[in-house]
Amino acid sequence: MTEVTAEPAQRTEREWPMWEVFIRSQHGLAHKHAGSLHAADSLSAMQHARDVYTRRNEGVSIWVVRASDVVASSPDDKAALFDPAQSKVFRHPTFFPTPDGVKHI
Amino acid sequence: MYAQLVETGTKGVKTLEQMSPQERAWQEKVNAGVKVEPKDWMPDAYRKTLVRQISQHAHSEYVGMLPEANWIARAPTLKRKAILMAKVQDEAGHGLYLYSAVETLGVTRDTVYADLLSGKAKYSSIFNYPTLTWADIGAVGWLVDGSAIVNQVPICRCSYGPYARAMVRVCKEESFHQRQGFDIMVALCNGTAEQKAMAQDALNRWWWPSIAMHGPADEASVNSAQSMAWKIKLNSNDELRQKFIDQTVPQIRFLGLELPDPDLKWNEARGHYDYGQIDWVDFFNVVKGKGPCNEERLAARNKAWDDGAWFRDALTAHADRQDAELLKQAA
Amino acid sequence: MTAKFEYLLRLGDNCLVLSQQLSAWCGHGPALEEDLALTNTALDLLGQARLWLSYAGEVEGEGRDEDALAYHRDAHQFRNLLILEQPNGHYGNTIARQFLFDVWHQQLLSGLCQSSDSRIADIAQKSVKESRYHVERSAGLMVALGDGTALSHERMQGAIDKLWPYAHEWFESDAVDAQCAQEGLCPVASSLADPWRGSVKAVLARAALAMPEGAGHQKGGKRGLHTEHLSHLLAPMQVLQRNQPGAQW
Repeated sequence: MTEVTAEPAQRTEREWPMWEVFIRSQHGLAHKHAGSLHAADSLSAMQHARDVYTRRNEGVSIWVVRASDVVASSPDDKAALFDPAQSKVFRHPTFFPTPDGVKHI
Repeated sequence: MYAQLVETGTKGVKTLEQMSPQERAWQEKVNAGVKVEPKDWMPDAYRKTLVRQISQHAHSEYVGMLPEANWIARAPTLKRKAILMAKVQDEAGHGLYLYSAVETLGVTRDTVYADLLSGKAKYSSIFNYPTLTWADIGAVGWLVDGSAIVNQVPICRCSYGPYARAMVRVCKEESFHQRQGFDIMVALCNGTAEQKAMAQDALNRWWWPSIAMHGPADEASVNSAQSMAWKIKLNSNDELRQKFIDQTVPQIRFLGLELPDPDLKWNEARGHYDYGQIDWVDFFNVVKGKGPCNEERLAARNKAWDDGAWFRDALTAHADRQDAELLKQAA
Repeated sequence: MTAKFEYLLRLGDNCLVLSQQLSAWCGHGPALEEDLALTNTALDLLGQARLWLSYAGEVEGEGRDEDALAYHRDAHQFRNLLILEQPNGHYGNTIARQFLFDVWHQQLLSGLCQSSDSRIADIAQKSVKESRYHVERSAGLMVALGDGTALSHERMQGAIDKLWPYAHEWFESDAVDAQCAQEGLCPVASSLADPWRGSVKAVLARAALAMPEGAGHQKGGKRGLHTEHLSHLLAPMQVLQRNQPGAQW
């Protein structure tokens, strides 16, 4: 610990980490990504999320996640990840014709 | 606007044929209205321009808190004080949404913020004017936020996903800002002769900066074509300026105030209001740092940053210690 | 001047003066998120002030509303605690003042939820929710700043030491307090002392800060005997209404 009196203002060395904020706006709905903010720790992140993103009655539940913990799919993998679903159209009920006169199918 | 004179770093807009196959595919995507998202490939100039534009917009919100915060202490009723505090808080929030958006482009908030503090990065010219009376608070909400709305609603459809989404959030809150400003003007114009004179004076001083704020005339805007091709600018400066003037003149008449520009006249042939010559010399002086409040605004931002360093450092140090404790316990 | 009217003025003036102090930080806070958070607290307190002062005006029954009370009383007519008019100083002074107040205020409001006056109970019920959040925040900051860096520790210790002489006025009963407590309007002022000390002691310990010895001795705010700070705070706040009496804004 160095001397502390009459010290000139220090420059912040490290930024507060970034957090992604998810808000559930009403019971029954899923959390939705609202944005991000910077905070030193998870409790502050939660409090700031409440102050920034729920001022207009937009929230009943808040999740904050360290941005560095979010694992995102790579855009380069878009084709490999998502195109195959396009050729499995039989997963949609509308693919199948419903014969006339048959109910509850 | 809040992001004025954003340089694109390009020398003319490329045609599709002039682009590399990768860029062509990307440009076609943009032309088709598909959003660009953070980890997508994008032309370097597009990324750099967006960093400049979004951070300039964010800086504008943060600096923009200052002229209005100036009157919180002196708000003339408790209700007006509460409304003004909520409004300025919103500006802080807007800054936050926009800094978050720019961080998706691979820069950190502190890095772009350092450019503001050093004077390297710009912010909107409009915030370099002083708020001299309570009526200025009305005028700023009515005219400055009014201009912002005209500019920001189209940006909700811009090509960069995080920026568009941030603007949607901002626009939801912006109408309140304009309304509270206009509401202040209505109260003043329905008040005493002294109050009405205060309102007229504020309009006279804020009118020209508010219309200049939309940026230089189209023929003088070298960067617009590229920004529009990239869909990060969706309307020309003159278009937005005209729209703002057309919607505001009837409001001035409603308030019973005198028009601040003797050349403001309805032009039947054009279907728009004609207006007088904007003093571009003054505008560029303000942009270059020689406006009434440039030094003051930057000094305030620097002071808050410097004075707050011990606070930010302490919270980081404490968080580190807590993390270390948790690790020890887990071991 | 009934005791209830006086008591309501005290509640309202505390919130008003503190809100006015906090709002000076708007745009000048140490971080964007923190700026927003502190302004939020200021806005909450302003809302509470308006509720207390409006009710006070009704109780007085002479046609004074929240603005008449806020803008047209002189310093000696204000009834706020002295601790709240102490200067903002650096951010640590502000947070220390906030913390010491929040702990007391939350405990007071909890007690007021049981008031024999239903309007007081209503206002308290709404306000105590805000106050709970304020304490969480200010206590959290005390701990982080007290147990942060050597510099922050020194500043927070200094801040607590400086405010301590003022941190007792809220436990002292005068005739107004006694009568209101007797009527069941509010808890007995001194009954809040031990819970307050307990909470403050616990947080200061986590913050690695020393709790100053003894109890404070500065008082007078409740009787309108203020420090020199108050008139400086009120002058800009009241200037427009004083300059243009009768004008509507």
